[in-house]
Amino acid sequence: MLRLLSLVLLGFALLAGPMVAQDIYPVVPKPAFGKPHPEGNLFMRVNHMDLLIHDRDLTMRNGDREISYSLAECLTCHAVEGPDAMPVSVESDQHFCRVCHDYAAVKIDCFQCHNSKPDAASLARLKPDEADAADIAAYLKKVEE
Amino acid sequence: MKLPALKIPKKPSEMSRRDFLQSGAAATIVLAPGVTLMAYGAKADAAPADAAKRYGLLIDVNKCSKDCTACVSACSKEHGWQDTGHPETDAQWIRKIDLVDKANGHEVSLPVMCQHCESPPCVDVCPTGASFKRVDGIVLVDKHTCIGCRYCMMACPYKARSFVHEPLTDQKSYSPRGKGTVESCTLCVHRVDKGGTPACVEACDATGNGAMLFGDLNDPESEIAKQVATYQSTALRADLGLNPGVRYQNL
Amino acid sequence: MERTIYREIAATRGVWQLAILLAAFIAAAGLAVLFIEHHGHIVTGMNNQIVWGLPHVFAIFLIVAASGALNVASIASVFGKTPYKPLARLSALLALALLAGGLAVLVLDLGRPDRLIVAMTKYNFKSIFAWNIYLYTGFFGVVGVYLFVQMARGMPPLAVKVVGTVAFLWRLALTTGTGSIFGWLVARTAYDAAIMAPLFIAMSFALGLAVFILVATGVCKLTGRAFGEKLLNRMGRLLGIFAAVVLYFTAVQHLSNMYVAEHAGIERFILADGGIYTQLFWIGQVLIGGVIPLIMIFHPTGGVKPASTIVASVLILLGGLAQLYVIVIGGQAYPLEIFPGYEVSSSFFDGGISSYAPSYLEFALGLGGVALALMITGVGLKILRILPLSLADANVDL
Repeated sequence: MLRLLSLVLLGFALLAGPMVAQDIYPVVPKPAFGKPHPEGNLFMRVNHMDLLIHDRDLTMRNGDREISYSLAECLTCHAVEGPDAMPVSVESDQHFCRVCHDYAAVKIDCFQCHNSKPDAASLARLKPDEADAADIAAYLKKVEE
Repeated sequence: MKLPALKIPKKPSEMSRRDFLQSGAAATIVLAPGVTLMAYGAKADAAPADAAKRYGLLIDVNKCSKDCTACVSACSKEHGWQDTGHPETDAQWIRKIDLVDKANGHEVSLPVMCQHCESPPCVDVCPTGASFKRVDGIVLVDKHTCIGCRYCMMACPYKARSFVHEPLTDQKSYSPRGKGTVESCTLCVHRVDKGGTPACVEACDATGNGAMLFGDLNDPESEIAKQVATYQSTALRADLGLNPGVRYQNL
Repeated sequence: MERTIYREIAATRGVWQLAILLAAFIAAAGLAVLFIEHHGHIVTGMNNQIVWGLPHVFAIFLIVAASGALNVASIASVFGKTPYKPLARLSALLALALLAGGLAVLVLDLGRPDRLIVAMTKYNFKSIFAWNIYLYTGFFGVVGVYLFVQMARGMPPLAVKVVGTVAFLWRLALTTGTGSIFGWLVARTAYDAAIMAPLFIAMSFALGLAVFILVATGVCKLTGRAFGEKLLNRMGRLLGIFAAVVLYFTAVQHLSNMYVAEHAGIERFILADGGIYTQLFWIGQVLIGGVIPLIMIFHPTGGVKPASTIVASVLILLGGLAQLYVIVIGGQAYPLEIFPGYEVSSSFFDGGISSYAPSYLEFALGLGGVALALMITGVGLKILRILPLSLADANVDL
């Protein structure tokens, strides 16, 4: 009797986790522009911290400011607009980083020093326009030859 | 009920070059060691730190007027530090110092900031190596590694460093600063790396005084190197043998 | 001489009351740390002029006393003085406890204490701070082994002597490192001197023995175990010698500085017109921490009384705190001499004496460190066989 009861409780415990997870699994906000990362979302989820740490040393120690996965670029494409159509800061739980980090219960250290909102210059620079799109298309055509 | 799928993450080497280029995520593509393709409007003379250079400032004290604080205001606006009403704990990356000669009463005024020494005591004493000197002579604090022990503040002979005593918000994206870490003049490294000049120097030029000059001390053709070679200039606390990159004329 | 029997202390009401009191102090320090971490250091009295304040005074006091507290065990193991051998286990335990308390205060006052892992993994070996991290953690290891070989059955006496010698040398290196934190600073006229390291060594001898005397006699009183008067007297005379050595090094430091024109300003500040710092120096450090204890200990009739040694120990500790306050904070209050020969003024407080008013938060943190050290000592005494059943003179072969 006791054995049956403990088996039932064990089974319930094993199933309960994913059942609850299905409901509270984070809904990651889609960025307003830009294509998905070529490496894939799962690669980014697993490795974004390593990319950030590697690139921050390139910028800090070597002065290389033209790297691809800088924090500023992440924040620009992944900015989430709040009710006033301005990007939200990390104080709001709608912030892109907060959505997953709250779920995973991992403290974010970046935004004590870094601004969690992209600045206007980055937003203007990274939104591709027609001239850029034409340039990219022309370059890709050349590369494929 | 569906368990979240666990896929092996695809390594960058497994995707085709077309995928990568089409992503729009690549701002630079390395074609060969040292050769980089720049895209999206990068400037031609933007380059990472170069060991052949030694950046420095030359400040002509005669041209610096007592009431002018343009350099201080410009730095404060550029980096986001300001007077919050707590002068003892507010950060000051650069300040104007007024001097009166005790012997003859002669008055002089000059800006003092991190002197970007060649042998910085702050770099020597930092336990984690957060305080470091770049190969081009600019002394910086790597705030990712700074533990806020303030030993560098004890060690600096020029009182150049400030500690951030309160939580900060709305930092400039090119100049991150945070509570619990130490900071000081960066020689506007975010501008310099893109071929620009520090904000204080620009502001001083804009006032018409032109007391501050920025450049590469190692480049014999630069204005600063010519001035230093021609006219007498001195370093603060030269007796310590730190060889600062900031030099003062007519002091 | 009777064989020394070590026994755990009994958890009497007095012991429990003391434990609860210490726990309250530790809790207060914990709350203070949370408050400071949340609001930033603006809530403390420290600022951009006085960057190291009361917590650092307490931390350095505890760390210096820690290395000195091991001295009693070293006298027993390294120098072979039999009367001190029953005290060696307590000495080792107290050294560990004081160091733990001091480091706790130091680490919790960091601007980013959450980055302790960074401090333990990234090292700049040109910094004496980085070396100190190894010296401090190594001290825990070495003294831990030392305590083990003292307590383990069947250990050859040579093992105790060898490990004891290693511990003695390690603690000298540790205190040299602590003194060099200040001695290797070229920027400030109060510090840039080779004598800082020997001065701290001398202070460790005096403060460590004073703490040991107070803790040993206090615990024996609390648990009803005897502490012989002759033993106490002997330790008291040794303490007097150490206090005299501290006075000597202080005198050499200031006399040398006064001779140099460059240091005339800081000397005038500390010795004459520094306000609180001058008072702490003359009355706190020299009078209360040096002259009066010396008179009490070496007085022909009064010196033999146990009360003389106990009170002298308290005074020496107060004098040590005053000395560290003058060194750490007085040294920062005096302005940097960037422009010799000029009167200097600026918006960043150049050229003037800086003021510092410690906040209650810093006091709470410092006292919490002391309480932590005493708590660790108490727990060690309770669960391990550290304290001899009797330290009466009859048992000790004087």
